[in-house]
Amino acid sequence: MLVLTRKLKEAIQIGDDIEITVLAIQGDQVKLGINAPRHIDIHRKEVYLAIQAENSAASLASKTSLEQLNEQLKQWKSGDTQ
Amino acid sequence: MNIDTKYHGTVAVKEEDIIHFPHGLPGFADEKRFVLLPLADTPFVILQSVKTPALGFVLIEPFSYFPSYEFELDEATVEQLNIESERDVAVYVILTVADPFHETTANLQAPVVINARKRIGKQVILTNTAYKTKHRLFPEKAAT
Repeated sequence: MLVLTRKLKEAIQIGDDIEITVLAIQGDQVKLGINAPRHIDIHRKEVYLAIQAENSAASLASKTSLEQLNEQLKQWKSGDTQ
Repeated sequence: MNIDTKYHGTVAVKEEDIIHFPHGLPGFADEKRFVLLPLADTPFVILQSVKTPALGFVLIEPFSYFPSYEFELDEATVEQLNIESERDVAVYVILTVADPFHETTANLQAPVVINARKRIGKQVILTNTAYKTKHRLFPEKAAT
């Protein structure tokens, strides 16, 4: 990992078209401004990891569980309309 | 061509049925080609990987289960998906099926957005939203 020290308002250039600027520092929080091309998605790391984990969990469904879930949904829907 | 699937056995798909996910899905970056296969007699639609038979996500259309669900697509996503008209856009959310089933959840924070006309899809991670990865499909037992 490359480690760089930056001060307020200083920036880092990554490749030709990604720029990260330190906009504010308050206590243990750092506010960053990021300029990147539109095809590059930028996410808070913990959010991205949560989506990854959820997708992994979601991929584990089985045919039997889906059939049972469907039955339960039908019951719930019919209960709903009565 | 025929593909083997998780829920539908062997299915004949046409090249034009394939939806391209240029960046895959988070956690599944190498899975770039999927087909949508409705599961008969259910509200579920399976997002089936073309190359991995065992990989099929369970999707639902969110608006009948979460009537107030809404989000705005940012310009980068609109550009990535080449969206020209709202009418071309299909929105699904991924279910995480739980046992017991009433704990099944929908991921409203990262909807699957598809440009149906251009056959391009993306799991969009919403930013600055109150939606989470787990919303109960069945409402909590009403406190009557």
